[in-house]
Amino acid sequence: MDELIIAGKKYQSRLLVGTGKYRDFEQTRLAVEASGAEIVTVAIRRTNLGQEAGQPNLLDSLPPAKYTYLPNTAGCYTADDAVRTLRLARELLDGHDLVKLEVLGDPKSLYPNVIETIKAAEILIREGFKVMVYTSDDPIVARQFEAMGCVAVMPLASLIGSGMGILNPWNLQIIINELRVPVIVDAGVGTASDAAIAMELGCAGVLMNTAIAGAQQPVMMAGAMQKAVQAGREAFLAGRMAKKIYTASPSSPVDGVIGS
Amino acid sequence: MIELTINGVRKQIRKSATMADLIIELDLAGKKLAIERNGDIVPRIAYPPTTLQADDKLEIVVAVGGG
Repeated sequence: MDELIIAGKKYQSRLLVGTGKYRDFEQTRLAVEASGAEIVTVAIRRTNLGQEAGQPNLLDSLPPAKYTYLPNTAGCYTADDAVRTLRLARELLDGHDLVKLEVLGDPKSLYPNVIETIKAAEILIREGFKVMVYTSDDPIVARQFEAMGCVAVMPLASLIGSGMGILNPWNLQIIINELRVPVIVDAGVGTASDAAIAMELGCAGVLMNTAIAGAQQPVMMAGAMQKAVQAGREAFLAGRMAKKIYTASPSSPVDGVIGS
Repeated sequence: MIELTINGVRKQIRKSATMADLIIELDLAGKKLAIERNGDIVPRIAYPPTTLQADDKLEIVVAVGGG
């Protein structure tokens, strides 16, 4: 069985999905179901004081028996804020320690600040968190995160929420070749072919949110992404044919063509 | 009354109120949340014995949709 293993736990699905930007919790639930994802990211935010009573809760739409929550540190710009956010997440989720660490460096590009991310990862790992880390596609930085003890390294394909696809497959390939922990493309996927390309490169998985939530029909796109990730994975395992540059090779027999 | 900061907003609460009292007052009872007080996590079991102090800084958070 071809399973994704993160921090010793096995998953059937290699598609991880976010839960932001949906119309409502019902659409979130339907899209997550259609994606087949088992790991879902959630954000941690201040509660609205005095306006929360009776409001539906995201966690009720996504039962913990069915999904592995991956609390994130989206919106954090310092190691300190990220660490505090995940300590709150662990308390909120009854000791759950698998987390997505991201420390941003710039509000316009949302590009990761890898220096602050490294600081935060050090503290979190020391405190027993299992850290899946969002980072740039720098192979040296990726190697550093693995050496520190991160349970998955998650380089960007392109900017968060941009849908620009995989801008540097060459760097991703280096990272995939060098790391032993799962390499999961996080951010930048825009459509099904992007996810398939990531998987064909040999990524262990793909994490996406806007590509599904921002589609005209999110639930249908969620299904498309599930298929793309599966197709890409199978193509990777099958091993693609060698590229023959400028050299055609007929698929049908050369002999026995009529009139010859 | 004492004044403290909750999620960046100044609030007044009766002197010697506990964290558990505050949760009821804010209509948050039974909700899945986590609280940080002056930079430290307050575990759920510590809500009843934790007495709030003037100028405490609290962060009360919930899980929301995110990527």
